[in-house]
Amino acid sequence: MPELTLIEAVNRALVHEMAADPSVVVLGEDVGVNGGVFRATAGLAQRFGAERVLDTPLSETLIAGMAIGMAAEGLRPVAEIQFMGFIYPALDQLLNHATRLRNRTRGRLTCPLVLRTPHGGGIHAPEHHSESTEALFTHIPGLRVLIPSSPARAYGLLLAAIRDPDPVLFLEPTRLYRMVREVVEDDGSALPLDTCFVLREGPDVTLVSWGAMLHETLAAADALSEHGIGCEVIDVATLKPLDIDTILGSVMKTGRLVIIHEAGRSGGLGAEIAAQIGERGLLSLQAPIERVTGYDTIMPLYRLEKAYLPDVARIAAAVKKTLEFQ
Amino acid sequence: MQQSVAHFEIAYTQFLDEAGRTVQGFPEGLRDPATLRALYEVMVRTRTFDKKAIALQRTGQLGTFASSLGQEAIGAGVGAAMRPEDVLLPSYRDYAAQFSRGVTMTEVLLYWGGDERGMDYEKPRRDFPICVPVASHTCHAAGVAFAMKYRGEARVAVSILGDGATSKGDFYEAMNAAGVWCLPVVFVVNNNQWAISVSRRAQTAAETLAQKAIAAGIPGEQVDGNDVVAVRERVGVAIERARAGQGASLVECLSYRLGDHTTADDASRYRDPAEVEAAGRRDPIERLRGYLLRAGHWSTADEERLLAHAAAEVDLAVTGYLALPALPPESMFEHLYASLPQSLEEQRRAVAAASDA
Repeated sequence: MPELTLIEAVNRALVHEMAADPSVVVLGEDVGVNGGVFRATAGLAQRFGAERVLDTPLSETLIAGMAIGMAAEGLRPVAEIQFMGFIYPALDQLLNHATRLRNRTRGRLTCPLVLRTPHGGGIHAPEHHSESTEALFTHIPGLRVLIPSSPARAYGLLLAAIRDPDPVLFLEPTRLYRMVREVVEDDGSALPLDTCFVLREGPDVTLVSWGAMLHETLAAADALSEHGIGCEVIDVATLKPLDIDTILGSVMKTGRLVIIHEAGRSGGLGAEIAAQIGERGLLSLQAPIERVTGYDTIMPLYRLEKAYLPDVARIAAAVKKTLEFQ
Repeated sequence: MQQSVAHFEIAYTQFLDEAGRTVQGFPEGLRDPATLRALYEVMVRTRTFDKKAIALQRTGQLGTFASSLGQEAIGAGVGAAMRPEDVLLPSYRDYAAQFSRGVTMTEVLLYWGGDERGMDYEKPRRDFPICVPVASHTCHAAGVAFAMKYRGEARVAVSILGDGATSKGDFYEAMNAAGVWCLPVVFVVNNNQWAISVSRRAQTAAETLAQKAIAAGIPGEQVDGNDVVAVRERVGVAIERARAGQGASLVECLSYRLGDHTTADDASRYRDPAEVEAAGRRDPIERLRGYLLRAGHWSTADEERLLAHAAAEVDLAVTGYLALPALPPESMFEHLYASLPQSLEEQRRAVAAASDA
């Protein structure tokens, strides 16, 4: 079986669904002839034709708005926003229309679209190319927000996103695009949505993260295991709607929770997870919940981005703090 | 030394002038008196509805309502030019077009009366609901048109927007894409001269709104939007052009918002009453009635019959609207997703329990 990078897995999922379902169309800036600036859509235009792989004008409002019209008329558009920093003109369309159409029409018109976009920092990118603003989107009712943390999950979750009957924001951790390879069976099997993935079991502390930060989180878990500390590592994967039950079940076992995300701290998704665990699992907690996050600052340009992003040392320190709490 | 590299002009069409006199012969297909009477009837039914809706709002039986007073010819012309299988993407002042397509008066009342069921149209199942964030639906129209073209269907998307909406980027982005891909979509601008309190002149320095199409590489033209014959004819040409695979176009319909922006607005704060009075003399309904009467295609008895019929229709719609009880509170969860995520079950149950108590 082939070992794929995350970006290759995204490409395989797109190819699979386009071959299986003629209603799937791809649109975005540079997704056609060029195959996307990260090559997520490489070869699609050549294989499926320019009428199914649309190089759009440079207009993000249009990309999202047009995908809504396509979806309402029965297509399955998979639109790419080139970088998350350019998604904000599309926010109006997502918030006011894509997520509301089903409810407004009592199910008469629906909006099965996928909006893919690179997410997060750590790739020495120019300004506006490194932010992680998922919490802006997890606040939107009616939206699904997904983020894979490995090639196999990218493949399976993207298939699930395309087949889902509702709008999905599919965040792709840019830093992981080519960082790791993994065996991915290109068999068209989707992964379940609205559920966390427990990547590693452990008795002492629950580490919850998503996207690229799981790379550091798993590395921290490795380092801590050498000191006899057993971490349970959870990949949230579907950021909205949130599968709090899996996280709560783990916390009830370990009694300790550390949440890791690269987005800024205040109002980040970690705050929502912490609040829900506080509401439902307070008596299971043996220590205050810790959050290891980016800072409440502007994401710095790349000379300082490592100082912004959580790393193994910060995660390990937070874990030790929960273990040492008296 | 410079040379001219491109030439543009904006055509203007009118068949019936302000006094209801023909300024040119009616086009083929609009000479049949029955066709003209049908257009007239839609406009009168719409105005009867409009007046009743305002009265309901004033008496606390309807929420904020946006009147289409004085602009009925635009919707009537657009509605008549479309086929049932086409898709209308309306703004919030396009009742005449919606009624022509089978949206019911009860549905429109439900919408402004605070009930989502008012957007679950029984008849035009593919039509979009009223769009409140102006111009944002023009991008949807491009997507709908793309889907039609992609499947090789001879269908057309028609989006109606206001003069204010032409200042938004969405509108340019939609027209631009429609031009690039030669999409079967028609953008109809209801230029009623006022975007709440901002006048047409304060909205843009452009001489016409139609010329905004030129920048997108699609044809743009102007019609007298209070002349239903002109609207029906030119929007019809644009729709059939799109249906024939020749792409998108824009029709700017010159009209006037005789009423307030909505029932929550008071236009006397910012408009000269003389201007409104002058605009009232260009009324689309009186204009066509004058013509029909003089041509012998309409009588006082016809008029009385129509008004009585429209009043009865509106009364029936109001009865239907007022008789329909609100949905149970937990219905707000019903169409949030295709199936409710597990994580929302607790909230749904809490709402249901609170409403049972």
